[in-house]
Amino acid sequence: MTDEVKLYGVEVSPFVARVKIALNLKGINYEFIQEDLDNKSPDLLKYNPVLKKVPVLVHNGNPISESLVIIEYIDEVWKGVPIMPKDAYEKAQAQFWAKVIDDKCHPAVLKAILSHGEEQAVAEADEQLQFLENELKVKGSKFFGGDNIGLVDICAGYTIFWVGAAEEALGIELVAKDKFPKITEWSDNCINCQAVKDGLPTRDGLVAFYNRLFGKAE
Amino acid sequence: MVGSEVILLDFWPSMFGMRVRIALAEKGIEYDYKEQDLPDKSTLLLEMNPVHKKIPVLIHKGKPINESCIIVQYIDETWKDKSPLMPSDPYTRAQARFWADYVDKKVYDALTKSGTLKGEEQEKAKKEFIEILKVLEGQIGEKPYFMGESFGYADIALVTFYCWFYTFETLGNYSIEKECPKLIAWAKRCMQRESVSKTLPDSKKIYEFFMEMRSKLGL
Repeated sequence: MTDEVKLYGVEVSPFVARVKIALNLKGINYEFIQEDLDNKSPDLLKYNPVLKKVPVLVHNGNPISESLVIIEYIDEVWKGVPIMPKDAYEKAQAQFWAKVIDDKCHPAVLKAILSHGEEQAVAEADEQLQFLENELKVKGSKFFGGDNIGLVDICAGYTIFWVGAAEEALGIELVAKDKFPKITEWSDNCINCQAVKDGLPTRDGLVAFYNRLFGKAE
Repeated sequence: MVGSEVILLDFWPSMFGMRVRIALAEKGIEYDYKEQDLPDKSTLLLEMNPVHKKIPVLIHKGKPINESCIIVQYIDETWKDKSPLMPSDPYTRAQARFWADYVDKKVYDALTKSGTLKGEEQEKAKKEFIEILKVLEGQIGEKPYFMGESFGYADIALVTFYCWFYTFETLGNYSIEKECPKLIAWAKRCMQRESVSKTLPDSKKIYEFFMEMRSKLGL
């Protein structure tokens, strides 16, 4: 029986990109359904009635929501390239850093972007990114998980790429590359992975999105 | 030395710490419990959780694991032989993770606001909190536990808030049982498990702690 895999999302959500990257890593064929978040489809509301958000993965009619939950599910169901570490302690560390990214780094960086680089917001983003920078320094490996990409890389490896698009739209620097050499290097390593490249929006597409977003705000 | 292989840095009224204590009890793991003085954080705590500087922290063979839900999953994977806490099939496991994550994102803030805000803001907060509880109640449905017949991860994530209900019901002047009787029935069912009843402090003790803490802070 062939699996039926659908992913409900939007091109410009980093949470959706994560799931695409995970699916790509495993070589899973899936149908991508582009949602209009201002006009959510009946299917999306049916599959994620509690949170009504993207991404939602629907596997043989069964929905799973929340990007980190989806990624662990993908890793458990489809063998092939491993995403989560096998060792329980390493797995806990990966889950911890993914949570730091979601709870601290991502909101802080988003605030810096949406505030058009307001000083306090940028300082807070820098503070959160410093944790990642330090951890990468300690690890000294190409990716967060070692020689191959894993959960944390999928979540935030391409941060500099993403923020770079917002910076281009805003015409300002939000994340000083010289302050974060490890994160910058990490981003380059990640976007050179085919699975990541295929999962991310194009740079032009992302810049266009931020241009529209900031145009709207004005 | 017995128990020194597993150390828990914790703070007795913490509903997050309680999750870990329940998981350790379910698995019958002996451990060294180290009560932390949170206003005056110990060097050990700061060393073991430099990012968040928070409890609970589980230290297993000298290595720290942080974040209560992550710790519970770690405990389940490391001590596999007894009392599985995660469902066995990937889809149900994903649902359990979703619900524990929902509890983490929604319950703490909504519960505390329902008691600490005033006037119209408080009424709004109470309404929001009850809505969240009704969603959780709906998920449990007619089942004994969140994911079915077995007590597990998602139940552990939520049940530790039960001993805190009295505090915010009193402050907010409302009854959770009145609004969500099935949820309270579920909580009482969980309390029949020794791991839960021996872990959760008495609700009145929690209330006294909270009121003392607020008065110290001048609230």
